[in-house]
Amino acid sequence: MSNAWSDRLLGNPRELFAAVFLAMALALYLGTHPSGASTYVLTIWANQATLLALVAMAQFFAVLVRGLDLSVGAIMALCNVVASHLVSGSALELAFGSATVLLVGLACGIVNGVIIVYGRLQPIVATLATAAIYGGIALWVRPTPGGIIDYDLADRMTLDVAGVPVALIIIAGIVLLFWLPLKRTGFGLSLYATGSSEQAAWQSGTPVAAVRIGAFALAGLFAGLAGTYVGFVTTTGDAGIGPNFTLNSIAAIVLGGVALRGGVGSLIGAIIGAFILKTISALMFFSGLPPLAQPFVEGLILALAIAIGGADVLRLRNRLEAFER
Amino acid sequence: MNAPRRLDLDAAMPWLGSIVVVLLGSLVFPTFLSLEYLLTQTQIAAFLGVLAAGAMVVILLGHIDLSVPWTLGWAAIVSTTLAGTGDPLWQAFAIPAALAVGAVIGVINGVGVALFRIPSMVWTLAVNAILLGSSVLFTGGFNPKGEASPLMSLLATGRSFGVPNAFLVWIALSVLLLWLLHRTSLGRYLIAIGHSEKATWLSGVGTTSVTFVAFVIAGLCSALGGVLLAGYANQAYQSMGDPYLMPVIAAVVIGGTSILGGRGSYIGTVGGALFITLLTSILSVMQIGEAFRQIVFGSIIIIMLVVQNLRRRETSR
Amino acid sequence: MDSSDAVPLLELRGVSRHYGPVAALSEVDFTCRAGEIHAVLGENGAGKSTLMKLIAGVVQPTPGEIFIEARATRLATPAAAQSHGIVCMFQELSLAPDLSVRDNLLLGARSTGLGLFSYRKLGHARALLDRIGGESIRLTMRVRDLTLPDRQLVEIVKALYRSPRLLILDEATSALNASVVERVFDLLRELRDEGLGVLFISHRFHEVDALADRISVFRNGRLVETFDNGAYDYGDIIRLMIGQPLTALFPPKASVGDRTLGVPTGPPLLSVHDLSWEGGLHQVNLDVRAGSITGIGGLDGQGQTILLHALFGVLRRVHGEVRLDGHPIRLSGPRSAKAPAVGLALVPEDRKTEGLIPALSIRDNVTLALLGREAGRGDGSEADIAALASELELVCASFDQPVGSLSGGNQQKVALMKWLALKPRVLLLADPTRGIDVKTKAQIYTLLRRLATNGIGIVLLTTDQEELVHLCDEVHVFYGGRVVQRLAGESLTSENVIAASLNVAA
Repeated sequence: MSNAWSDRLLGNPRELFAAVFLAMALALYLGTHPSGASTYVLTIWANQATLLALVAMAQFFAVLVRGLDLSVGAIMALCNVVASHLVSGSALELAFGSATVLLVGLACGIVNGVIIVYGRLQPIVATLATAAIYGGIALWVRPTPGGIIDYDLADRMTLDVAGVPVALIIIAGIVLLFWLPLKRTGFGLSLYATGSSEQAAWQSGTPVAAVRIGAFALAGLFAGLAGTYVGFVTTTGDAGIGPNFTLNSIAAIVLGGVALRGGVGSLIGAIIGAFILKTISALMFFSGLPPLAQPFVEGLILALAIAIGGADVLRLRNRLEAFER
Repeated sequence: MNAPRRLDLDAAMPWLGSIVVVLLGSLVFPTFLSLEYLLTQTQIAAFLGVLAAGAMVVILLGHIDLSVPWTLGWAAIVSTTLAGTGDPLWQAFAIPAALAVGAVIGVINGVGVALFRIPSMVWTLAVNAILLGSSVLFTGGFNPKGEASPLMSLLATGRSFGVPNAFLVWIALSVLLLWLLHRTSLGRYLIAIGHSEKATWLSGVGTTSVTFVAFVIAGLCSALGGVLLAGYANQAYQSMGDPYLMPVIAAVVIGGTSILGGRGSYIGTVGGALFITLLTSILSVMQIGEAFRQIVFGSIIIIMLVVQNLRRRETSR
Repeated sequence: MDSSDAVPLLELRGVSRHYGPVAALSEVDFTCRAGEIHAVLGENGAGKSTLMKLIAGVVQPTPGEIFIEARATRLATPAAAQSHGIVCMFQELSLAPDLSVRDNLLLGARSTGLGLFSYRKLGHARALLDRIGGESIRLTMRVRDLTLPDRQLVEIVKALYRSPRLLILDEATSALNASVVERVFDLLRELRDEGLGVLFISHRFHEVDALADRISVFRNGRLVETFDNGAYDYGDIIRLMIGQPLTALFPPKASVGDRTLGVPTGPPLLSVHDLSWEGGLHQVNLDVRAGSITGIGGLDGQGQTILLHALFGVLRRVHGEVRLDGHPIRLSGPRSAKAPAVGLALVPEDRKTEGLIPALSIRDNVTLALLGREAGRGDGSEADIAALASELELVCASFDQPVGSLSGGNQQKVALMKWLALKPRVLLLADPTRGIDVKTKAQIYTLLRRLATNGIGIVLLTTDQEELVHLCDEVHVFYGGRVVQRLAGESLTSENVIAASLNVAA
């Protein structure tokens, strides 16, 4: 049975598989947690997952246009430390401070995009270097962890509203108010087209240079959001948080069905992948597995999930197709 | 290899950069020009250089090995644990066992990349995570107990005829790799696959085997690096490999090797390792804070890459 | 409708285009009129594609001027050309493979900017697709999952969506069967009557004959002549295209035993029994004999390439049997196919991404397949490469030159050298003369005949009808993954080949 619905649903089988996997993992987690499915448990889980999801979303935009952003962690750290200086005081100062933080993220992303497009550097290499630069600036802004993020604002962002964790509301808001409309714009379309085949996009009249810079700008913006959010979670600024998040963001998007070669995947997939990673982490934590074994099992599950995602290559009937991946 | 002249200029850049850095640094600290200082730098650079050698082979293919940190770490753990038993029989096995571990990890990487065709970035990342986890399991979260064997210390810290042994090890490895890359079909295959695995496979080349071999070489080099570092520090310690991943990739790339594969120079990689070591050293001696060190580091890499790029565009018109 | 007094829609004056020392186009004066279908004929390398790229804004004239409705214009990018109403449907499909059909249609539509769009704009896309035979194409399907003919239909509709005033079709119907082609032509004629100008490149003479109002013939980068359809007959046009009678291109066929059979008798070198593959081959049977050139023909994508891939070991789970000199062979991939005991060689269709590595030198490319066989030896010897180069009359500055800097014809020669270095027993060739100039084609034809005479089995997959008729000793025509017709000797004629290709009862 092939029709329009099956086209949409099965358009990205890996994403579908990830969603199912997440549902199962979450059910397992809530079922086995000693405190059960309480708001408290949900909120802790949601905060951590949302944090990674924001970085994963940043990585998603870079990867969508056939790039990779190794500086998302560094931009996140930079925005975090800037927030630790600015996001405190009166309501106006809070608003202004938050906006500035996001602008910093956006600016970093634009710089990445410009270097990549006009310097004609490979994204992975360019962002490797800018990660050092942004990380250095972060260290300069705040050499040792500290600073203040407004406690009230932080609370409101990390607790719950009527039993629903605010973190999840934020995610829902991003998807409904940003992602779904974006997919209906020419810009969203050209992001996918540029990633899928830059040649085809250019021949169709797409301004590919601007689109690529825009993608990296979005990556920077979301990294800035992540940096702000981590500030809400920790109420402090720390310049050293970057590297882990960068590598985990790549794992997250791949788990969520986003293709590293570009043009395939969705923001929702990135979110799902991040949530899977954090749910497994949380599962390990509460599963009664000896704490020493947890990182190992987590790594093993990550590898398994990736291998299963890649196993369909063994069934390919035309060996040449293996080279298209 | 192809278009030798163009590549030689790309490969020469980090060497030129090294000379510039030393000369500029000597204006502030005249000791930079002393033989003792420079020899010590070659010793430090050897650690990075050994790792970068293996990384380059994989990058030539168009892949990347992100499991360097914990392959290095596990090699250090295995060798120091064996040497720490005090039993001379086990001590003799310390280095070979560590290298074997590196080779096995290379095979595991190869399985994921060559057989399952998982993007190398993702698979080696996962392998690294498993290695990290298994080290936590093994060491109980503490620093691994053990110590370097006499041979390890000798290689890492000793000197022969005034030249650091680590540097000699690096030279020996380099000679081997240069032979492998320039005089055997392996080198030709690596470059061909780096350009187009499809066309190379259609030419009847066993691209799967070549990929395995490349990752095993990288694993061996990472393990060797771990052995040397453990010999230098006289122990293995937590996360000892983490600070090396980015500098290793940077060394390969500023040496003229394209991250996309198919084009590269080993001499350039050697120069890259030297340049990064010298630059790091100068910056730290100048008491420049970590923050500015990083900024300078990143900026210089971008400038070097852009210059290499611009030159290439001119010559290809 | 008399359009000859009106200001031409598009005019090129004194236009040339050089790629380094090679002149793809020289001093061309060319016009297109509204309400007219203008066909462009020419051999590969004649400059047709370069002409299209110039008009579509993909490349710039060096030097020359372009006038749109008598105003000098510069078409710097495809977007600029599109803003003047020039829409091109390229040979290399401009569809993004991971996007759905309707997303691709939107991508190029003139009204889609960077802001919000609505799928309602695609209102008559469905109707258009249905009209030209795309009823089975759902708008939500990903382009990657479409067959080649369906992709071509989507490309046509996409081009129409950009509200063209001048529509350029570059080999736009190469994979479409007869009935679909007719429907597309109906649509084009209707649009022409409404004022659309159409520029049409095709290799298929009968299509040009059916559709065109005016015809321009290009040769070696120059416009030879422009004339009304019907002014010349087929033979005259061929002579305009290649500068000599057609038959002068081809070496004499093997004169062997039975003239009606057309092929030498005796046991086959390679024989294929009931070969099937789920993705597009059904019970294929054919024999390849040493000394004869076996042609594989038919429309694009009817299973010919799949056959060659199956023979070379590229495909998994192939059913049926392949025998070499009577012994069954089972191949696990190209590596086992090229092994001396087997001796198969495949020169793939796409020399830029499959047959060669353009960034590497001639030497590196030629020795790539050879390296694995000489156990331990690093290089194919210099003398061997030089001998091959002179046998194929390769034109190059040095063997260290990157292959990508050679002309298409010389590139193909390098691709051939690579496999001839292994002294294969059977040579499989997928469209080897596509995109190659006439002179090199003739050289390759002579080479193939010589190889066949020396006992090598030659399997030639080609979309060039003349090759099938004049070069091959026997031809197997494919349709829908099956061999629908075997032609040899006296039955091997143009009419029979065309009829069989279109699966029309002869």
